[in-house]
Amino acid sequence: MDKVMSNKKMIALYVLPALLLILAIVYIPIVLTAYYGLNEWNGIGRMKFVGLDNYAELLGDRTFWNSAWHSLLLAVFSCASLLVYLAIAMVLAARIKGANLFRKIYLIPMLLSSVAIAQLWLRIYHPSNGIVNSVLESLGFANPPAWLSEPKLVLFALFVPILWQYAGFYILIYYAALKNIPSSLEEAAKIDGANSWQIAWKIKLPLAMEVIKVTIVLAAVGSLKYFDLIYVMTDGGPNGSSEVMASYMYHTAFRAYDFGYGSAIGFFLLVICLVVTWIIRKLTATKDTIQYS
Amino acid sequence: MFGKKWGVLLLTLCVALFAAGCGQKDEGSNASSSAGGDKAGEKVTIKFMHLWPEGVSAGQNKIVNQIINDYQKEHPNVTIKQEVLDNEQYKNKLKVLSASNELPDVGVTWAAGFLKPYVEGNLFAPVDDLLSGELKDKFVAGTTEAYAIDGKTYALPLEFNIAPIYYNKAIFKKYNLEVPQTYEQFKAVSKTLSDNGVAPIALGNKDRWTGSLWYMYLADRIAGQKALADAIAGSGSFKDPGLVQAAKEVQSLVDSNAFIKGFNGLSNEEGKSEFLNGKAAMYLMGTWELPNYTTNEEIPKEFRDNVGFFKFPTVEGGKGNIDSWVGGPGVGLFVSQNSEVKEEAKAFVEYFVTKWGEQSVTGAGVIPATKVDTSSLDLPQLYIDLFNEMNKASSITLFADVQMPANAAETHLNNIQALFGKAVSPEQFSEEHDKAIAKGN
Repeated sequence: MDKVMSNKKMIALYVLPALLLILAIVYIPIVLTAYYGLNEWNGIGRMKFVGLDNYAELLGDRTFWNSAWHSLLLAVFSCASLLVYLAIAMVLAARIKGANLFRKIYLIPMLLSSVAIAQLWLRIYHPSNGIVNSVLESLGFANPPAWLSEPKLVLFALFVPILWQYAGFYILIYYAALKNIPSSLEEAAKIDGANSWQIAWKIKLPLAMEVIKVTIVLAAVGSLKYFDLIYVMTDGGPNGSSEVMASYMYHTAFRAYDFGYGSAIGFFLLVICLVVTWIIRKLTATKDTIQYS
Repeated sequence: MFGKKWGVLLLTLCVALFAAGCGQKDEGSNASSSAGGDKAGEKVTIKFMHLWPEGVSAGQNKIVNQIINDYQKEHPNVTIKQEVLDNEQYKNKLKVLSASNELPDVGVTWAAGFLKPYVEGNLFAPVDDLLSGELKDKFVAGTTEAYAIDGKTYALPLEFNIAPIYYNKAIFKKYNLEVPQTYEQFKAVSKTLSDNGVAPIALGNKDRWTGSLWYMYLADRIAGQKALADAIAGSGSFKDPGLVQAAKEVQSLVDSNAFIKGFNGLSNEEGKSEFLNGKAAMYLMGTWELPNYTTNEEIPKEFRDNVGFFKFPTVEGGKGNIDSWVGGPGVGLFVSQNSEVKEEAKAFVEYFVTKWGEQSVTGAGVIPATKVDTSSLDLPQLYIDLFNEMNKASSITLFADVQMPANAAETHLNNIQALFGKAVSPEQFSEEHDKAIAKGN
């Protein structure tokens, strides 16, 4: 085994299939997307090279910045909700009664497909037969809003299922991270007279910090390129009030058949995600990572 | 030792996968090259791609198979190879295939705006020779024109639809309402219904083209067919006072609560279900809905028996007349320009269109674009009434989103949703339309 692994040719051979696949499926399309973004192309006929025109148009496109703002809002909400998930995970990890059951309940939404979740929430939000409005009506609200068709409400109405969908995922990650902390540390703190708050704040949080940083990046980038529930539930409507960057990209490329511009949006989206990831890494960088000792 | 063994195994697997992938490709190209002969009697394979999967469109699927079987029996040298996809997948695949110049010999296309880039890319073959042959005068007037660009026709339509307003007779009877003939009467009907807590009109405007129908009709009735057609073609303007007035009327309908609650967030299916449940009294939709109100056993019989239709009422002082319809052909068949079996493919299309016209109404509830002889068919009354209306039609305006090029169509649809949601004023609505159409893509 060791002999094989020290053979450079052998290593190359092992790496090659995966390398080829990832080149063909990920990196080459990225380069191609950037290139398509420099063209005017309806997807069928000939491409016309227009240089940076698409990117210039993008910078002045109100609809795009509007959708970027919606994506950013989603990212902010997702990151803020991580605090709640962390708190829930801490409670669950503290061996309360039924923690196992709760963990499973929180995880269920993650097992459902996005389209199933969308269908479920479409029914919950239905303007006349939905649960939300039935409850509101029985509580005495005469005219509850139609959640998915009010331009001011629709985005926030969509955030609820989106955040709900990923709650289980983050809770599970935090739970695992917290469970990894040796219980001897907690016991030592208890002997020194620390209360539960101090244990959570001074011991558990710093030790789970590396995981938290990763989840912040995941949540931010995942929100910026978010697409599925929005596509099924409102399709970016009404009138673009729930449009996000990814759905705008889809609409320009596949509805308006403007593949050049759509590709430009796609490439720009990638750049934004990279920049955001870099910023988050910088902001959360600490000189020395705390180790379990 | 262990590692080496696995390495070899992995490599073998990779090679096997690659070989399998290539193998299939080879098979495909063999098939098409063997189809290259043009002598009669030589084995010919025609590739036919369509969008009627067995599960979703059982009726259509059965007819297609029937026609193909018959055709192969009559032409033993011809094999028709089918590829079936769902609607959206079909559109995407067609795009991908056209980029690599591998379109099927015969396939399904939509009219006008959808067709245009394919014609400009020189991918579809003109089929005018078929139109002057056996199929001459077989089509309903105005249907093949939707597939014509610069005087040449690039596909033959299979479907034809117009959009009446369906209404629930039971609800109308309950509130002593008459079928409205004028727009004033129509507004009075809506008002009575909404005063009594019944939603007057079912509409699912998340899909946007549904709301477009309402605007199209109001525009047609107020400004007249010509003004609307000119504005869409770019020779006129959406700032025409009649067209702006139509947009205003849309908003005043919204203000009077004529549409079901939350229509801008509901899909067409959700909107329709309000009509099917008897919660909304009227529903403006294409004739493709007819099976639901006649033969579809899944819908309760007492509901089906209670559905009637009326023509969009005329507006007083407006330029449109009541026999002018919004509608259009649905899908049609194209023959690929680069097909190696073009002549055989055309012959198949001719045969298909003829047979489809004979079977589609009874077999799938689809109204064909070819003329139907109602006397020879045993049809529900609703169909017969609508066929008669079609024959009387003074003009047919093609659905705006089908007529416009893709980019302008998107602007139109988004603005329709904004107009209904009162996010734009009628003037802005017209402005945006003119801008998008002037851009010309």
